[in-house]
Amino acid sequence: MTVTELRPPAAVANEAEPVIEAVPRKLRSFGINDWLELGASAGSAAAATGVVYLVMGWRGWLGPALWWLVLFLAIYRVVVGESNGSVAATDRVMTVIIGIGAAISVAALAWVVLFVVGKGIGKFRLSFFREDMAQVGPLDPGGGAKHAMIGTLQQVGIATAFSVPAAILTAIYLHEIKGRMSPVIRFFVDAMSGLPSIVAGLLVYTVWILRFGMGYSGFAASMALTVLMLPTVTRTAEEILRTVPDTLREAALALGAPQWRVVLRVVVPTASSGLMTAAILGVARAIGETAPVLLTAQYAAATNTNVFEGKQATLPMFVYQLIRQPNQTQIDRAWTGALTLLLMVLVLFVLARSIGERGRRKRGA
Amino acid sequence: MAVVPPPRSRIRRTEEVPSSILQEFARESRWAPVADLTDRDAAGERAVAPPPPPPPPPPPPPPPPPPPAPTEVLDLRERAPFVDAAVSGTLLAQNVSAWFGSRKVLDRCTLDMPAGKVTAIIGPSGCGKSVFLRNLNRMHEVIPTAKMGGLITLDGVDIHNDELTPTEIRLRIGMVFQRPNPFPAMSIKENVLAGLKLAGKKTKDPDALVEWALRRGGLWNEVKDRLETSGAALSGGQQQRLCIARSLAVRPRVLLMDEPCSALDPISTRVIEETILEIGREVTIVIVTHNMQQAQRVADTCAFFMIAEQGAPGCVVESGPTAEIFGNPRDQRTADYVSGRFG
Ligand SMILES: Nc1ncnc2c1ncn2[C@@H]1O[C@H](COP(=O)(O)OP(=O)(O)OP(=O)(O)O)[C@@H](O)[C@H]1O
Ligand SMILES: [Mg+2]
Repeated sequence: MTVTELRPPAAVANEAEPVIEAVPRKLRSFGINDWLELGASAGSAAAATGVVYLVMGWRGWLGPALWWLVLFLAIYRVVVGESNGSVAATDRVMTVIIGIGAAISVAALAWVVLFVVGKGIGKFRLSFFREDMAQVGPLDPGGGAKHAMIGTLQQVGIATAFSVPAAILTAIYLHEIKGRMSPVIRFFVDAMSGLPSIVAGLLVYTVWILRFGMGYSGFAASMALTVLMLPTVTRTAEEILRTVPDTLREAALALGAPQWRVVLRVVVPTASSGLMTAAILGVARAIGETAPVLLTAQYAAATNTNVFEGKQATLPMFVYQLIRQPNQTQIDRAWTGALTLLLMVLVLFVLARSIGERGRRKRGA
Repeated sequence: MAVVPPPRSRIRRTEEVPSSILQEFARESRWAPVADLTDRDAAGERAVAPPPPPPPPPPPPPPPPPPPAPTEVLDLRERAPFVDAAVSGTLLAQNVSAWFGSRKVLDRCTLDMPAGKVTAIIGPSGCGKSVFLRNLNRMHEVIPTAKMGGLITLDGVDIHNDELTPTEIRLRIGMVFQRPNPFPAMSIKENVLAGLKLAGKKTKDPDALVEWALRRGGLWNEVKDRLETSGAALSGGQQQRLCIARSLAVRPRVLLMDEPCSALDPISTRVIEETILEIGREVTIVIVTHNMQQAQRVADTCAFFMIAEQGAPGCVVESGPTAEIFGNPRDQRTADYVSGRFG
């Protein structure tokens, strides 16, 4: 560290004023301390590797990796503590632990995605989205998931159209109106969010298909998905409404607004991007569901664009059906179906986000 | 951009209200004064949890005060929007008490807030100034546990009258809060027009109204080139002036201000004080402030609120013309407080 000599003000006054340019200073350069730190972590890593190798000899991978981690943290703690003191050392160790936690989750996600991409990319071509499995034998080339994509979009679309408005209205009842039934409703919504998805399927299967004799249909599946989406979206939306500051509600009320206008014109627009997130979470919950769809829409190899009648394929069911087949062609198709599902979710999320962002940018915030 | 308050003369010259706005604010017949107030028992009017002790005989409602005598020649156009200013905007609080649950925080406060005057409310923290103010436009009842007793009249009409909704009252009695609270999801222009939108009213010439209100709020010159940007992207002082403009755009007869300058720099404070002096001729203003100089600068009348002892509800110790409260207070506690000797 350099110590700047402070000149007496008189001296400054006597000198001609130097012209000082306004130049942004570089605040974080990679200096000696950073090298030392890098050295400390590299040294600790090397020491930990050596010890683990000598003691355990790299049998298996999970055990040694865990031991390596523990050893590394301990050595790192000591090395940094030696030079920088214990507070700084704890800070570093916590930083490393947090980084490792983040890395593990990202790695798990990346692994799943890469795995699916690797397995599914083989049959991933345009014809996959243009053909169904109606005339395709197990060993034939071609075939695709058009029928399943149509089914997924229709069923999830209907379920979203039902559940998102209902859920947002419920959230408004719970948090804006704070009606007398709020605690009861909140209790049921909470209980429902723990509902196993197969139970939702069973409900629709028993009531709609068996009792009313309506037959399997995409619409029956939509109803089961609606039941699943409702609690997720409701609770998320309620949390979002909670983030809208009360001062805004008071400001609107003080301007002479009736409560419904306060909600419609102030609370909901302020929370709009958050409410979009709530809807996304609901869709994410519904789009990959297999069990309720299995009981209500089953699967059809041919394209069925009529959600209200007849069995209908969805992407999860497509994967489930084909992955159990004995031959490789069908298994490859199943993986491509899984990849399609992943991409579909991705596209939906990006779309929803950009709609939310557009709204925000329009407001210039 | 530097925040420089425009000179007052300039504000006045540019003051022009389109006639379309005037017509839209014609008075409504429902808002006629009740004929006889004297036979009403002020305190027993509403069911409130612990009934306040029998009030002293309520003072007869004062005759409508004469139009505020202009000290200088006023542009007549300026008064035009408030053609009924001579009789409108007199707020009268009689024996107002307030509770949160069973805790009484305000005890029988009586205060006269004459039309076209600025009334300042001063007093130590926690003595119920904000609660009193929120009672004046029925924002108090927004809090679920809140109760009130007593009588508040606007131009002789009981504002808690069953025929009036809180919404109607709040349209006529606007409020500016301590912390600026523009709507973040709206642009500056939308913020100014929010009051009309929220009340379900329309205006034929929104641009003119926006300009009028922003000029009144002393903000026009700073934001006229960026009316479409978000209201949240302004500085704190600008946001507060935006909130004042927003309140003025619905043309209230009374404007309540709860420490509007407490988060502002001296220059923004001065702009807002100028605004208060400007609009104070036409709109009745009730302002809560901790700043004694500010009270002396802007207020015609002044009321001193205090809690008698720890845990007791707040009450009005003294009220009267500002010069008397500060120059010649009747009560020793007022004298101590305004001179800064208060414990
Ligand atoms: N929402 C509320 N619920 C319960 N008690 C409240 C509520 N708001 C205010 N109070 C109580 O009412 C009393 C008066 O509060 P008030 O906000 O009117 O004080 P104040 O005079 O405005 O003080 P300050 O100058 O600090 O703003 C306080 O004792 C406060 O604890
Ligand atoms: Mg207050």
